Amino acid sequence: MALLEVNRLKVYFQTRNGLVKAVDDVSFSVDAGETLAIVGESGSGKSVTCYSLLDLLPKPPAVIEGGTALFDGEDLLTCSTPRMRQLRGNDIAVIFQDPMTSLNPFISIGEQLIEPLIYHPDKTRIQGRKQARLRAIELLDEVGIIDPVARFDCYPHEFSGGMRQRVMIAMALINEPRLLICDEPTTALDVTIQAQILELIKKLQQTRDVAVIFISHDLGVVAGIADKVLVMCDGTIREAGDTESIFYNSQNDYTKKLLAAIPEGAKVLTNRSEPDKPLVEVRDLKTYFSDYSKAAASGGKKYIKAVDGVSLDIRRGEILGLVGESGSGKSTLGRSILQLAPTSFGTVTFDGTLLDDLNPKQTVPWRRRMQMIFQDPYASLNPRMTVYQTLSEPLLYHGLADSKSIDQQVRQLMDDVGLAYGQMRKYPHEFSGGQRQRIAIGRAIATKPELIIADEPVSALDVTIQAQILDLILDLVERHNLTMLFISHDLSVVRYISDRVMVMNKGVIIESGDTETLWANPQQEYTQRLLKAIPLADPRLERRRIASL
Amino acid sequence: MAANAPTSTQVSAIPEQGTSLWQDAWIKLRKNRLALYGLAILVLLCLVSLATPWIAPYGYEEQNLGLGATAPSLQHWLGTDIFGRDMLTRIMYGGRVSLAVGFIATAVALVIGVLWGAIAGFTGGRVDALMMRIVDILYALPFMIFIVLLMVIFGRNIFLLFFAIGAVEWLTMARIVRSQVMSLRKQEFVEAAHSLGLSQWTIIRRHIIPNTLGPVIVYTTLTIPSVMLLEAFLSFLGLGIQPPQSSWGLLINYGVETMEEYPWLLIFPGIALSLTLFALNFLGDGLRDALDPRTSKD
Repeated sequence: MALLEVNRLKVYFQTRNGLVKAVDDVSFSVDAGETLAIVGESGSGKSVTCYSLLDLLPKPPAVIEGGTALFDGEDLLTCSTPRMRQLRGNDIAVIFQDPMTSLNPFISIGEQLIEPLIYHPDKTRIQGRKQARLRAIELLDEVGIIDPVARFDCYPHEFSGGMRQRVMIAMALINEPRLLICDEPTTALDVTIQAQILELIKKLQQTRDVAVIFISHDLGVVAGIADKVLVMCDGTIREAGDTESIFYNSQNDYTKKLLAAIPEGAKVLTNRSEPDKPLVEVRDLKTYFSDYSKAAASGGKKYIKAVDGVSLDIRRGEILGLVGESGSGKSTLGRSILQLAPTSFGTVTFDGTLLDDLNPKQTVPWRRRMQMIFQDPYASLNPRMTVYQTLSEPLLYHGLADSKSIDQQVRQLMDDVGLAYGQMRKYPHEFSGGQRQRIAIGRAIATKPELIIADEPVSALDVTIQAQILDLILDLVERHNLTMLFISHDLSVVRYISDRVMVMNKGVIIESGDTETLWANPQQEYTQRLLKAIPLADPRLERRRIASL
Repeated sequence: MAANAPTSTQVSAIPEQGTSLWQDAWIKLRKNRLALYGLAILVLLCLVSLATPWIAPYGYEEQNLGLGATAPSLQHWLGTDIFGRDMLTRIMYGGRVSLAVGFIATAVALVIGVLWGAIAGFTGGRVDALMMRIVDILYALPFMIFIVLLMVIFGRNIFLLFFAIGAVEWLTMARIVRSQVMSLRKQEFVEAAHSLGLSQWTIIRRHIIPNTLGPVIVYTTLTIPSVMLLEAFLSFLGLGIQPPQSSWGLLINYGVETMEEYPWLLIFPGIALSLTLFALNFLGDGLRDALDPRTSKD
């Protein structure tokens, strides 16, 4: 018998708008030493499935309508609250998505780590503080924290994202669970860190023989780590099977759609750039921020050098990809070009005019010609303005439309970005993430700009939506003859969309070149490492890639 | 949610105009019965107050010492006070003062507080530091001394009273708004507004202030009653309005003294004040929901 057997699980949510079947008739099983990946887009019910097993859902509104979940013969859905607490502490552990918010910022990581040992629900297994400390240090070492003795007393903010996720993994493992549930454990991490964390999970699983349920929307990651795959959509299982059969022999349309949506390969559009006519010239740009941290106060350097001497040209008509990991300064560079972040040194020239010399009033006509698309479509729209107001604001403000022509122009804009005109009275919260990003794109192209800086415009979106938005962007670039700086941490997306790529690390551009040339022959070691770390949505290739690392 | 369907009353052939936040809020408020009752009561109270000089059954200083304090009767519906003055009349006149103080002083606090807080929070840096230190200093200044000074310099004047109370109450409002704005100005939609080239003032007006409305409305509905009580306190000390004029706060204060012998002197002004507070709270709650587009329209 398998370690965990879930049979016909049904979880419903009672909402104001009626009953929502979040999980509807889902069955699966996981064995010790096996990895089951649950794949699906947001809202597919993949997280709800796992949280319902651990009684982590808020009830109400959640109601478990039926089914069984036998963990080692015991039904998780009907067991008592104290027993569930015991199981959660001992046998089943969870790693959450965001390592930044999953740790208590006021307690040292060591203290958080030994908590389950010294306050163990099972009285007989309570350990002394000293013993627990030794055990915790041992584990920190095992998950790859360097100098664990010294790091034991550090607080979460002193760790980077990847290190925090390692701490979270150590925390999950401290009671030697038999089942580990990983809810998008690497989604918030950079690609090179992601590779390390995945490797770590895999290694730990093999040495400890735990069962792993791996929730993810990233098929590349799944291809490398899973033995079995469950594809979910709208609360139901669309397809289940071993990894190879899902990836190579899918029988289901939805699975095929997911696989097809992965951005792969080179850009299909022709490069329209005019090499001799740079639209934007950036020379030796430096953007420093004051550093208020402890290190700076105790006589260290006083600035964080977000952008540290960057020179680049954006040619008229091209899509320039800007790649880098978090903290590389790529977003700050984008905002500095638009004069949204104050630059410390250097110059930005737009179409022959030096932007740094202009005062805020004088920049207004230039703002019309350069726009930005932001990452988070939930935060980038004013929640109290309707679509109509959002789209009409730039037009009216810059005098591009009057009260007579405004309706027509908004209609045109909505049409451009693929939204129905009838939706213009709606507020942002009534739209899905992809639709919101369309609104944000509509706002950016409203003033008919020449330059658009897109800062991770598809990172917050599901893979099928991501593909649609990328196509929309490409379409608009071509139709409106736009020049674009496309910032992303996702290398596959950048390859799919850009003519030219720049790689940024620690505030400087370390490599640049035509996309395909750079992909085929990266010069810098850092670029090579980045490219190697991209997971491939193909199990055989992915395994070969992992083995070659 | 049938968000696509046109709202029940207005099906038009012309493309729907983007309604403003306030129009939408009104549509939603009309569906909130409690809030409507609250609004109706407030409107009624205001109308009665405005018309008081013409509809009051007696004069507010008409004494009848021979009568003294009497319980409610047909001649005096709400009874009379120890000087034989008609309570209904005095409550009606008192309402004029209390409502005026409540609304005008709160409006003063609201306007100054929201603008001050929004500008400080949005600008940040030195301007913010300077503006908030001014708030701190005013906070630290003993309120009574401030009012006494004003009274001494400008003489006793009801409009000065409005101003003085408003000038004190805006401090907390400014702080609340500032903290809201500080988190708002880092949001991407504000940055998007910057990149559209909107002026600072336009951004504050269109993107910042509407998003602070929730807490502002709640705090406003809390401020109005506290302002009314503050007026009573000042009047009690002889700094506000003087007998024979009345206000609800003053009536309640005198009512408390004679509570055991003549309970109606406390009960009726008490009811008038409570009714106003209830109405305000229901209306405030309804407004907050109505102004938040995230609450459903249906």
